[in-house]
Amino acid sequence: MALLIGVPRESFAGEKRVATVPEVVEKLIKQGFRVAVEAGAGDTAQISDDAYRAAGAEIVDDRARLWAISDIVFKVRGPNAEEVGLLREGATLVSFIWPAQNPELLQQLAARKATVLAMDSVPRISRAQKLDALSSMANIGGYRAVIEAAHEFGRFFTGSITAAGKVPPAKVFVIGAGVAGLAAIGAASGLGAIVRANDTRPEVADQIKSLGGEFVPVDYEEEGSGVGGYAKVMSEGFQKAQREVFAKQAKEVDIIITTALIPGKPAPRLITEDMVKSMKQGSVIVDMAAEQGGNCECTVPGEVVVRHGVTIIGYKDLPSRLAKQASTLYATNLLRLTEDMLKTKSIEGDAVNIDMQDEVLRGTTVINKGEVTWPPPPPKLSAVPAAPAGKPPAMPAKPKGHGEPSGPMAGTKTAVLFGVGALLFLLIGRYAPASFLGHFTVFVLACFVGYMVVWNVTPALHTPLMSVTNAVSSIIAIGALVQIAPDLTKISADLSRPNEWIRWLSVGGIGLATINMFGGFAVTQRMLQMFRK
Amino acid sequence: MTSSLSTVSYLGATILFILCLGGLSNPETSRRGNLYGIIGMAIAVLATVFGPQVTSAGLPYILGAMVVGAAIGLYAARIVKMTQMPELVALMHSLVGLAAMLVGYANFVDPTVSVNMTPAEKSVHEIEMYVGVLIGAVTFSGSVIAFGKLSARISGKPVLLPARHWLNLAGLLAVIYYGYVFINAHSVAEAMTPMIVMSVVALLFGIHMVMAIGGADMPVVISMLNSYSGWAAAATGFMLSNDLLIVVGALVGSSGAILSYIMCSAMNRNFISVIAGGFGTDSGTPAAAGAVQPAGEVNPILAPETAELLREAKNVIIVPGYGMAVAQAQHTVCEITKALREKGTNVRFGIHPVAGRMPGHMNVLLAEAKVPYDIVFEMDELNEDFPATDVAMVIGANDIVNPAAQDDPTSPIAGMPVLEVWKAKTSVVMKRSMASGYAGVDNPLFYKDNNRMLFGDAKKMLDEVLVALKS
Repeated sequence: MALLIGVPRESFAGEKRVATVPEVVEKLIKQGFRVAVEAGAGDTAQISDDAYRAAGAEIVDDRARLWAISDIVFKVRGPNAEEVGLLREGATLVSFIWPAQNPELLQQLAARKATVLAMDSVPRISRAQKLDALSSMANIGGYRAVIEAAHEFGRFFTGSITAAGKVPPAKVFVIGAGVAGLAAIGAASGLGAIVRANDTRPEVADQIKSLGGEFVPVDYEEEGSGVGGYAKVMSEGFQKAQREVFAKQAKEVDIIITTALIPGKPAPRLITEDMVKSMKQGSVIVDMAAEQGGNCECTVPGEVVVRHGVTIIGYKDLPSRLAKQASTLYATNLLRLTEDMLKTKSIEGDAVNIDMQDEVLRGTTVINKGEVTWPPPPPKLSAVPAAPAGKPPAMPAKPKGHGEPSGPMAGTKTAVLFGVGALLFLLIGRYAPASFLGHFTVFVLACFVGYMVVWNVTPALHTPLMSVTNAVSSIIAIGALVQIAPDLTKISADLSRPNEWIRWLSVGGIGLATINMFGGFAVTQRMLQMFRK
Repeated sequence: MTSSLSTVSYLGATILFILCLGGLSNPETSRRGNLYGIIGMAIAVLATVFGPQVTSAGLPYILGAMVVGAAIGLYAARIVKMTQMPELVALMHSLVGLAAMLVGYANFVDPTVSVNMTPAEKSVHEIEMYVGVLIGAVTFSGSVIAFGKLSARISGKPVLLPARHWLNLAGLLAVIYYGYVFINAHSVAEAMTPMIVMSVVALLFGIHMVMAIGGADMPVVISMLNSYSGWAAAATGFMLSNDLLIVVGALVGSSGAILSYIMCSAMNRNFISVIAGGFGTDSGTPAAAGAVQPAGEVNPILAPETAELLREAKNVIIVPGYGMAVAQAQHTVCEITKALREKGTNVRFGIHPVAGRMPGHMNVLLAEAKVPYDIVFEMDELNEDFPATDVAMVIGANDIVNPAAQDDPTSPIAGMPVLEVWKAKTSVVMKRSMASGYAGVDNPLFYKDNNRMLFGDAKKMLDEVLVALKS
């Protein structure tokens, strides 16, 4: 008898997500599980019972029965007291737990001899990214925060010049460039807003830029990266500098989205009431940290309030407001978890024996067979602080300029060229006098040197190059020089040489060539002087 | 100075010239390259003047000619404006061509040079002389016409005589025939007629050739004439059995030819067809007139709105063209660039290989205005970035940003690579009027929805933009 995965309806008020979706049910069954879903579990996420049934899941009407028959329970929110009671002794529970904030829950579950995997405790290492539900939820939250802000905000995000007048673009300031912050930056700039963002970790500046945001730094020397790529509490001096930056931004921007969270601590108060007062009428603040108390002093967790003409959104359930998308991503994260469990033989046959040697599973497991194993030992390999969570901007392949070697010529063309060349050389070799051949050799070689030297010129220098070759071509002066007054003693004097003619022709040649010589070099020098970095 | 010493000096000069051209291929080494050229030239001239081939009788004449020439040359180099650079270069080419002709004639009337030659050597020498004068004459007259076109003394439109290819062919046959007569002539007096006829034909050919080439192809012409002046020097070198002339002439000749080729491929045009004449050969036929006329509204814009667009943009690409050169607007462009860069805007310049009237024309102007050259990019380097660009500002350019080159196969400029400014979120085109560019082709870009036209003199408009930007 295969293990049965039970998916109950979420009981938390306003929670619209569900822990699995039909597409994932199919895959779980392929992995060898049976799946039972409580009737109406997917209703709030627009997934009908029939869809689950079609995917192969059993629909259970009786809530208590579902909990009783489940070997493994998949949930989104942590169980409430009633649900803990329903959980079968020795069963496995997978959900968000937040063990640091909920020590009693941990004790209650341990008393049920349960095995509990907390999706919020997945270690932040690259191998575990595929089951990092926090990231996938934060991503949705960041997107939704922008949508909520756009909903409350009375203007376009995109600036444009229309026939009906000019629309200035909305200015959005995002505090905290974690997954949620980056998602918000991407969504807001996608809507056409001018996006600025701040983070205590300076290494995220590039990620902000890659999503179309502008990094607003705090000019204070302090490294803000804590363990595992999360932020840490900053010093008093830094916080003061930071508040000044925020106060300045508050006056300028239309929308502020705060995402600042520090693991295991209440959210830092970053936006003071005075800053809210300084904002323009009709501005919007989305406080994504509302659940941990909020980044803004005026936030009322779970509600939308208007304070000093500024709308402050304190929803705690932003991912849940995009229920279907969030459910799909969460379900996929869970699927990756079962994959890992099968691979490590943590699930074998009908037994669940978590492989506590596996780093990912060890970190995720907060209770193993009734024994509290939280907190885990620190990860051996913490995520490198500078490791980009966003995609690093791909370097565009350098287009091939003319300066680079071109591919070989087509075979026939080469053959024809060589044939013609050989014929030409043959004719010259056959008929030309020996004295000519020496010069000819020099000539051909010089042509090749010219070709080799010039082929790599950068286009910016075309004009100076041309000007310098022009100056160099005034070497023709040599031709005039050698004729103006040659040594005629070796030649018999009986030939009449029109000395006057030759002299004046040569003088003309020298004069013209010299204009070019001096003018050309001088002008090249003038141009080159201007090229600077 | 002994003959060996003079030969060694020539060798040194040759090496310096090669280093000179090599150095000019990179901005870092370019100034040193020019210095090498100057030193090389000084060595070559001094080694010749004090070498065995010149007796002291010639020194006063040489000194006189060189002082006058140097004075004129330096003066011209000092007063020329950077925007007039193409004209100056063209004019200088004509001087080299003329000098080559004079040297050829001087050699021709001198009976002493061929005294000790075998009949075969004499024939070869005569061919060399003939060819040297021929190339010199073509370079001379062609450059003069190019100068006239560039300085707008002659219309930039291609002048296409009927049956011009036949005229060229007839000229070529005449040149060959008189060459035959020339070689078989027994005395200077007898050979004088074919020599003069050939010179006249060559001069006419040079005029005809450049007249038939349209303004848009001028960069190619300049660099081609540059190449010719090199070949003329090389031919003179053969005639005088002077290796230095041969080597340097060949260097200049081949580098000019390569440069022309590079530019032709940048325009996606066949080198031969450019030389053979007439940009828009086909546009003489009604094909162009019948081509799809772009339709739609033109969206005019004013300078303050342009400034507003620039202020709010994060990525700006400026595409300068000949209009910027004409209006002398490069300094204002630089000021605007500076103002935007201080705000953190990413400003770049996109240079089409044939923007302007001379290869690298725009680079020189921007460099003159002190725009840092690391934000000036070639077309290939940033053409893919236009979709991510907020504002593409086109200053006095037309054909190089014409989408018809890609979309309309019947367009005379079809297939020519162009800067894809219309892919930017907004493009602003600064132009004096709706007149078409040098190629005489209407530009559908002006009618696109995301395009704005800023009419007026580029300098004046940019000044207004700058004022609005700083306020």
